[in-house]
Amino acid sequence: MTQVSEQPTQESPDASVYEAPGSPNSIVEVKPRYENFIGGHWIAPVTGQYSENKSPATGQPFTAVPKSGPDDIELALDAAHAAKDAWGEASLTERAAVLNRIADVIDANLEMLAVAESWENGKPVRETLAADIPLAADHFRYFAGATRSLEGSATEIDKDTVAYHFHEPLGVVGQIIPFNFPILMAAWKLAPALAAGNCTVIKPASPTPWSLLKLAELLQDVVPPGVMNVVNGPGAEVGMALASNPRIAKIAFTGETVTGRLIMQYAAQNIIPVTLELGGKSPNIFFDDVMADDDSFLDKAIEGLVLYAFNKGEVCTCPSRALIQESMYDKFMERCLDRIAKIRQGNPLDTTTMIGAQVSTQQLEKIASYVDIGRQEGAEVLIGGAEAHMEGDLAGGYYYQPTVLKGHNDMRVFQEEIFGPVLAVTTFRDEAEAVRIANDTLYGLGAGVWTRDGNKAYRMGRAIKAGRVWTNCYHLYPAGAAFGGYKISGVGRENHRMMLEHYSQTKNLLVSYSDQPLGFF
Amino acid sequence: MTDPPPPRVVATPAALQAIARLQAARGPVIFFQSGGCCDGSLPMCFVEGQLAISPRDVLLGEPGRCPFYIDHRQFEVVRHTQLVLDVAPGAPEGFSLAAENDAHFVIRSRLFTGEEEAALACSTQGVSS
Repeated sequence: MTQVSEQPTQESPDASVYEAPGSPNSIVEVKPRYENFIGGHWIAPVTGQYSENKSPATGQPFTAVPKSGPDDIELALDAAHAAKDAWGEASLTERAAVLNRIADVIDANLEMLAVAESWENGKPVRETLAADIPLAADHFRYFAGATRSLEGSATEIDKDTVAYHFHEPLGVVGQIIPFNFPILMAAWKLAPALAAGNCTVIKPASPTPWSLLKLAELLQDVVPPGVMNVVNGPGAEVGMALASNPRIAKIAFTGETVTGRLIMQYAAQNIIPVTLELGGKSPNIFFDDVMADDDSFLDKAIEGLVLYAFNKGEVCTCPSRALIQESMYDKFMERCLDRIAKIRQGNPLDTTTMIGAQVSTQQLEKIASYVDIGRQEGAEVLIGGAEAHMEGDLAGGYYYQPTVLKGHNDMRVFQEEIFGPVLAVTTFRDEAEAVRIANDTLYGLGAGVWTRDGNKAYRMGRAIKAGRVWTNCYHLYPAGAAFGGYKISGVGRENHRMMLEHYSQTKNLLVSYSDQPLGFF
Repeated sequence: MTDPPPPRVVATPAALQAIARLQAARGPVIFFQSGGCCDGSLPMCFVEGQLAISPRDVLLGEPGRCPFYIDHRQFEVVRHTQLVLDVAPGAPEGFSLAAENDAHFVIRSRLFTGEEEAALACSTQGVSS
């Protein structure tokens, strides 16, 4: 690792701590303020206004970004529309080459982007180094390959009639990115859209407007001007102006349900397709055979439960409900709580930190209010249950202790997404009850099943009403696996080559090679 | 005789002031309780008419003459609690209007007492739009 300051702590002699972005020895340069990325250039917002951008690690502002308005969305759409014909007609070889170059640039700047992402979002740098940034690069490579292997079709309708099917770009799309993985979630949306020949206008989440701009700086000479545009600003102004704009051919959004509903309403008015990913309350189900042996698999299952604290619980598929078979509850939970107690919380830029800061004071507040209602409803706090207070520069950051609440599935903390490191745990007696509790939710994004019995795992996986059922694993996000929700968790999918279809029009040429008239007139 | 049913949603003085300011600046506004990820589980504030309200949406109350709705499925999840609309620091993170500059609306919750539950069971308040 390069350019890491020597600040070993007593508890962890191997700790290395990256310098905060913008500080003299940091690998991440930070400008006093940034502009919108439009048409390959840095364009000041028409509004002339900027917002401070804070790091959740300290609660201190470290740069400023545009507080744009609807006019800035129009500028970005102008640039995207100017670029769309050339990009849409570029050969697959050219488009794939651009996507591969994006991946190469991300890889070449992995450490810088990982530190920027950690500082932006509050997540531990060891996660961004190992997951967020390498996965982002891989998504571009996957779709570079997928788009070149995508084939149309020719169907012989009869001896002289052929139906050809071609994929054509939609044109210009709008994409609204969540704050939990500012770069990776942008990659999820960007890679298939660009691969399919579309140009895009991206609106990053208000709490995390900056790290994607660090990526855009690197892509300025890689992506043709206007193909990718980034506009920052308040959702009520900029997000709304993008989602309701008649000049977009599709809108993709990750976020909460009411904005999802509003976006669908705008899409209805413009008659365009939507992709919505709106979160979940994912069950993580542990059958008692996981304790049949004290082996590596049991160790993996225990880690599987503790993964609720991954990215401080700010994951749409956070395994936030643990359903544990009653017969092993005490023994299994003891092992899990022991593991949770060992979670190291602190500076996200410390490579030994396992949980960092929540993204904002707003989220911190919400988590506290849910733990409060959980207590009122009679949930038992098994561990955590309060803010975590840090010292020094981190004292103003937004830290919450990894928390476990024991209760039952009717409690609000089992039914509503908290988006923090709060696990709601309950028990079940048998497979039928596990299915019933797992499906007793408005959501259906993810689920986990842990058992040594393959047949049981298969039955459970098919019975759970969720878009993805991780089986004997959790929180893996490969580009080649479809991701999306059942029920109110959303509409459509992300990842997997099927996304090329979702970002394409289907053109059917129905061709007659016969000289004979129909004979009707 | 049971007591009159308690309101399903109430607003703090700070929230009432923010609502009044928004109404003065923007005209009628409404709240819709959100769910799901990111800034889900927070009250979203919109200019009236912006979000199409479904006949199935549940009107929980009208603090400060401002209708407060929730999805009928989410209502079943929260119906045993009173929602307390308040204002907290930080700009809203989604499409919601801000409560004021650098402040957003939040919900705190209180469990209804047994007597309150009984009174609510006898009334139809908060179960129709």
